[in-house]
Amino acid sequence: MTMEAATATLTAGNDRPVHSAPQGPIKIQARDVNVYYGDKHAIKHLDVDIPQHSVMAFIGPSGCGKSTFLRCINRMNDTIPICRVTGKIEIDRRDIYDPSLDVVQLRAHIGMVFQKPNPFPKSIYDNVAYGPKIHGLARTKSEIDAIVESSLRKAGLWEEVKDRLAESGTGLSGGQQQRLCIARAIAVSPDVILMDEPCSALDPIATAKVEELIDELKSNYTIIIVTHSMQQAARVSQRTAFFHLGTLVEEGPTDVIFSTPKDKRTNDYITGRFG
Amino acid sequence: MVTIYLTVFAILALTGFFAGHRRAIAVAGGNTRALHSLPTYHGMYTLATVVIPMLIVLLVGFPLVNMLAGQSAISHFPADLQADALKRAATMRDIVNLAGGRSMASVTGELQRAAASYSNVLNIGNWIVVGLGLLAGVGAIFLATGRISLTFRARNNFEKFVLAVLIACSAVAILTTIGIVASVVLETYRFFFDPAIKGKPGISEFLFGLDWNPQAAMRAEQGNIQTAYGFVPLLVGTLLITLIAMAVAVPIGLLSAIYLSEYAGPRVRAFAKPALEILAGIPTVVLGFFAALVIAPSIKGFGESIGLSVASESALAAGLVMGMMIIPFISSLSDDVINAVPQSLRDGSYAMGATKSETMKLVILPAALPGIVSAVILAFSRAVGETMIVVMAAGLAANLTFNPLAAVTTITVQIKTILVGDQEFDSAKTLAAFALGFVLFFVTLILNYIALRVVQKYREQYD
Ligand SMILES: Nc1ncnc2c1ncn2[C@@H]1O[C@H](COP(=O)(O)OP(=O)(O)OP(=O)(O)O)[C@@H](O)[C@H]1O
Ligand SMILES: [Mg+2]
Repeated sequence: MTMEAATATLTAGNDRPVHSAPQGPIKIQARDVNVYYGDKHAIKHLDVDIPQHSVMAFIGPSGCGKSTFLRCINRMNDTIPICRVTGKIEIDRRDIYDPSLDVVQLRAHIGMVFQKPNPFPKSIYDNVAYGPKIHGLARTKSEIDAIVESSLRKAGLWEEVKDRLAESGTGLSGGQQQRLCIARAIAVSPDVILMDEPCSALDPIATAKVEELIDELKSNYTIIIVTHSMQQAARVSQRTAFFHLGTLVEEGPTDVIFSTPKDKRTNDYITGRFG
Repeated sequence: MVTIYLTVFAILALTGFFAGHRRAIAVAGGNTRALHSLPTYHGMYTLATVVIPMLIVLLVGFPLVNMLAGQSAISHFPADLQADALKRAATMRDIVNLAGGRSMASVTGELQRAAASYSNVLNIGNWIVVGLGLLAGVGAIFLATGRISLTFRARNNFEKFVLAVLIACSAVAILTTIGIVASVVLETYRFFFDPAIKGKPGISEFLFGLDWNPQAAMRAEQGNIQTAYGFVPLLVGTLLITLIAMAVAVPIGLLSAIYLSEYAGPRVRAFAKPALEILAGIPTVVLGFFAALVIAPSIKGFGESIGLSVASESALAAGLVMGMMIIPFISSLSDDVINAVPQSLRDGSYAMGATKSETMKLVILPAALPGIVSAVILAFSRAVGETMIVVMAAGLAANLTFNPLAAVTTITVQIKTILVGDQEFDSAKTLAAFALGFVLFFVTLILNYIALRVVQKYREQYD
C-alpha cells in the first residue's frame, strides 16, 4: 500500500491529467522510460502503473510507440541492435533491465502474441509444446499432451484442430494461426501476456473468441493489449493508456477515458478526429 | 563476309528503331498521348521485326553456302574418294587451304579446279546471303512501320519478342544439356555394344569388376598384364575421398554459417564473410599442390611417428583439402538461407524464453533445412566432380581400399588420365572414359533425386 502512495505522487509529478490510480497490487511499473532507435526518440519519459490481474489497453495512432513500449516489457527490443532503452521498468518490484537479470528467464514468464501470426513451421502440436518442452514444464508425454490440449481449448482452437495436431501450423488460416500463437503463449502459464494487435487479422467471430479468452484469462494473468479498435479496448480492458507521438498522453479507467477524457488529443482521437 | 553482314545488320537494326520511333510520332501528329504505346515501343517493335529475319538469314545462310561450296568442290574428285570419310576430309582441308591462298607442296590440276570452284561458290553465295539479309531487313522496316497506327499495340507485340528471346535462351541451356547427355549416352552405348570395338568389357564386368587397368592394352607385348575395366575401385576411391571432404566441410561450413549469421557482430561479419569467399576463389590447382606438398607429407610424417604406414599420396590428404575447398560453398549458401528465415520466427521463439542456441536448433535450422540440404548437395557434386586436387594429392593407383591412408584414385581422375594426349575415338580405352562419365552423371542424378525427396518430405514451410 505504501508503494501505491509513492506511485500516485510520481504520476502526479508528470504533467499529464490525473485519473484515479489503479486498485490492487501493481504488477508492472515504468518510470521515465525513454526508447531510442538510433537518433529517433520513440518513447519519451513514460511513466505508467499496470495493475495485476487486469487488462490494460494501449491505444493511439500508428507509429506512436505502442509496440515499442510493449516490446520493452519483455525486453524484445534487445534483439534490435540500434534500439536503446533508459529509465526503469519493474515487474513485481524487480528491475527487468538489471544486468544481473536473466532475460531468457524473464521472457519465460511473459507471453507475447505478435501483430502478424508467426507460428513455427512445425506441427500444431509442436508449436504449443514448444515452450513447455524448452522450459521442462512437463516430464512425460501425457503431461505435455494435457498442456497442449488445455492451451488449445483456452485459445478456442481445440475443436478445429484436434484431429490434425500433426499437421503444420503454417497450414492453418490466418485467424487459426493467431489463436495457435495465443495457445503457444499461454502454454507456459506466463504471469503477463502482451498482445500486439492480436485481432488485426481475425474475423469478427474469431475476434469474439479471443476477447472471451482475454476476459477469462484476466482473473489469473496480467494482460496488456495494443489495439486500434476503440470498441475492443472498451470491451476488454479495465484501464486504457493513450499514446501520441511517443508520449503517454493520458491513462486511466477505460470508462473514464472513453467518456470524459481530459486531454484534447485523447478526445480528438477517440472521437475519430485524427489518427 | 560475316563482318559485312553484321555491319549491315547493326545499321538496319538502328535504322529500324529510329524509323519506328519517327513514324509513331508522325502518325500521332506530335501528340504521343494519342498513341496506344510510347514511341520507344514502336521503335523497339520495328527493331525486333528487323532482328528476327536477319538473324535467321545469318544463322542459316552462311553455313548453307559453306556446305554447297564444299560439295561443288569435292565433286571434281572420283567417287571412291568421296565415299571415304578420311580421305574426303583430308582433301577438303587441302582445297580450303589452297582457296585461302596458302602455298602447298604438290598441287594437282584436279585440286586447283576444285579450289577455284570452291572460292567461286563461296564468294557468290556469301554475297547472295548479304543481299538476302539486306532485303529482309529493309522489308521488315517497311512492313513494321506500315503497321504503326494510333491503336497499334507495339508494347504488347514487343512483349512477345521479349518472351521469344527468353525462351530461346533457356532453350539453349536445355538443348546443351540434352546434347551432352546424348553424346555421353551414345558413346557409352558404343563402349558396351559396338562390335567393332575390341577388348571391351561386359556390363557386369564393368560395374562389378574389382580391377581397373585400362593402360595394359598398350603394353600388350609385355605379356602377362591384363586389361581390366572394373569400375568398383574408382567408385570406392571417389566415395572415400568425397566422404572425407564432406566430413570436414559440412560441420565446419554449417557451424561457421551459424556463427556468422546469428552470433557475429557486424564488424566480424564484414571481415569474415569476404575472407571465406576468398577461400572459394583459390584455384584448385593451388589447393592441389598445397595438398601434395604440405598436407600429404605432414600426414605421412605424423602417421609414421605414431607407427602407421602412410602412402605419400593418400585419400586423407586429398579429402581434407577438398573439404577446405567446399567449406565456402556450404557456409556461404547456408548463411544466405539462415538469413532468409523470417525475423518473426526468431522473435516468436525468443519471446517464448528460448535461448539463441535453442532457437537455432529448434526453429531456424528446421526452417532453413531445405536450403542447407541443397547447399550440401551442391558441395557434394563439386566434390565428386573435382579432379585437380585428387590428381595431385591422391595419386593414380586404382587400389580397392577403404583405408584413408592409402593412395586411391577417382572416376574423374581416370577420365582425365585416359583422355590426355592423342586419342583415337574408337578404342575401348577412350570409350571407357565416356562410360565412366555416364556412371558419374547417373550417380549424381540419383543422389540429387534422393536428396530432393528427403527435402520435400521433411521441409518445414514458412511463408
Ligand atoms: N526497428 C525499428 N527501427 C527503427 N525505428 C523503429 C523501429 N521500430 C519502430 N520504429 C519507430 O518507432 C516509432 C514507434 O513505432 P511502433 O512500432 O512502436 O509504433 P506503433 O504505435 O506500434 O504503431 P502501429 O500502430 O502502426 O503498430 C515509429 O516512428 C517507428 O518508425
Ligand atoms: Mg505496432
